[in-house]
Amino acid sequence: MTVESIGNAGPPEGIERRSQARDVFIEFQEIHKAYGEKKVLRGASLKILRGEVLVILGGSGTGKSVTLRNILGLERPDSGRVVIEGEDITDLPEEELYRVRMKFGMLFQSGALFDSITVAENVGYPLREHSKIRGAELDEKIAEALEMVSLPDAGKLMPVDLSGGMRKRVGLARAIIMGPDVILYDEPTTGLDPVTANTINELIVELQTRLKVTSIVVTHDIQSAFHVGDRIAFLENGVFQWVGTMDEARRAKHPTLREFLKASNVAAAQPID
Amino acid sequence: MGGLTELGWDTVRLTFRRPFERKAFLEQLDQVGVRSMSIVIITAAFIGMVLALQTAYALADFGGKLFVGKVVSLSLVRELAPVLMALMVGGRVGAGMTAEIGTMKVTEQIDALRALATNPIRKLIVPKVLATTLMMPVLTTIAILVGTLGGMLIAVVSLGLSVNLYFRSVITTLGYNDLASGIGKTFFFGFAIALIACYNGLRTTGGADGVGRATTATVVSSAISVLVMDFFLTKLFMALA
Repeated sequence: MTVESIGNAGPPEGIERRSQARDVFIEFQEIHKAYGEKKVLRGASLKILRGEVLVILGGSGTGKSVTLRNILGLERPDSGRVVIEGEDITDLPEEELYRVRMKFGMLFQSGALFDSITVAENVGYPLREHSKIRGAELDEKIAEALEMVSLPDAGKLMPVDLSGGMRKRVGLARAIIMGPDVILYDEPTTGLDPVTANTINELIVELQTRLKVTSIVVTHDIQSAFHVGDRIAFLENGVFQWVGTMDEARRAKHPTLREFLKASNVAAAQPID
Repeated sequence: MGGLTELGWDTVRLTFRRPFERKAFLEQLDQVGVRSMSIVIITAAFIGMVLALQTAYALADFGGKLFVGKVVSLSLVRELAPVLMALMVGGRVGAGMTAEIGTMKVTEQIDALRALATNPIRKLIVPKVLATTLMMPVLTTIAILVGTLGGMLIAVVSLGLSVNLYFRSVITTLGYNDLASGIGKTFFFGFAIALIACYNGLRTTGGADGVGRATTATVVSSAISVLVMDFFLTKLFMALA
């Protein structure tokens, strides 16, 4: 099996066995996406298993964030299908997509907090929109979510008062407050100092353990990828060139992936097929 | 144009669908209406005064003083108040809306709304468009009143007319058709200004530079739209009259 066929035909043998044990939650089938002349995704295919932490790794501008946006239906593929829990969402109208998006929580690269309302209002926003929880119960839920991201006293602050790491943590609290099945992380450690980045990594692992969700982490930070991930999907030239476990990635032969890992001292000395 | 029409249709459709964003709507009424009051009053007062002076000057040979109330009120009601208020409010309110929505777009806040299963058109656009559509006629009515008083000030102080004569001239001149045509147009102006502003905001790309470009585009395109619409709406109201 060639490297290309691994990426586009689905996970390699070992992973296939796992996929039979843990069902496929999200499936990307031959996705193409272009912006004008620039083709970003060129037939990308990928299966994401329920309960795993999948890291989508790749260089800048390779379409990692576009992949996340297509999963959520924030953008639509030019061709190909996006299937979530067996439901093809590719052509669903925007208003029907809201039902699908309720399964997801997303941490945006910049946090994407609403800057005209407080941290507590940001975190409680999904509950106010989609539930009848109000008053003391709402405050309790907000406090609980902020506690989970280690920001118990930040509720009254405005987003402008927060550091980059705090914004991401508040964004994460907002993403998890509805109890999603899947959490999407778009470059969770980009732009953070190593200590704060490590705090975010720890938080992702902790949330994974506590909430038992499926997580998709888009990053080009190798250290972060190996800290949080169960599997890696390596995106290059618009397709997932390599998909495998972290151990398999360390010994992978794929030249660009190997170069990526070598740059962060993660690659094993002897590559394997 | 297709995108703008689609946004317009979605906005109208969602205006009549629950839940209605009451708090956001009231905030926009304040933002568009109450906070535009000072520029409306200053602009209208000086337009009324200048109109009175120019009328008296231009018609001096024909006993122009007597026509001041007639010309000031008719010009204000039929053209100047609706169009100039639309241009002034369009500049202030439209630019602000584009900057706000554009900034939300480039900082992924619009995407966050969608990701949180909220419709940004219902949440952000409907309150802005509805508030502007409803406040433009109110602001224009205030501008007509203030402008007429401004004209009266010049008519009385500089031209020596009596208040009674001035107002009798105003009241006998203005008909329901004039008011319907002048005020009626402003609903359309308000809708167009807010819609263009929101549309440009939602299309913003490219960071702070993009927000600046979108804001400029809103001021220019809303002003041109108001002037073009004014011609066709005036023709329409004349035909209806």
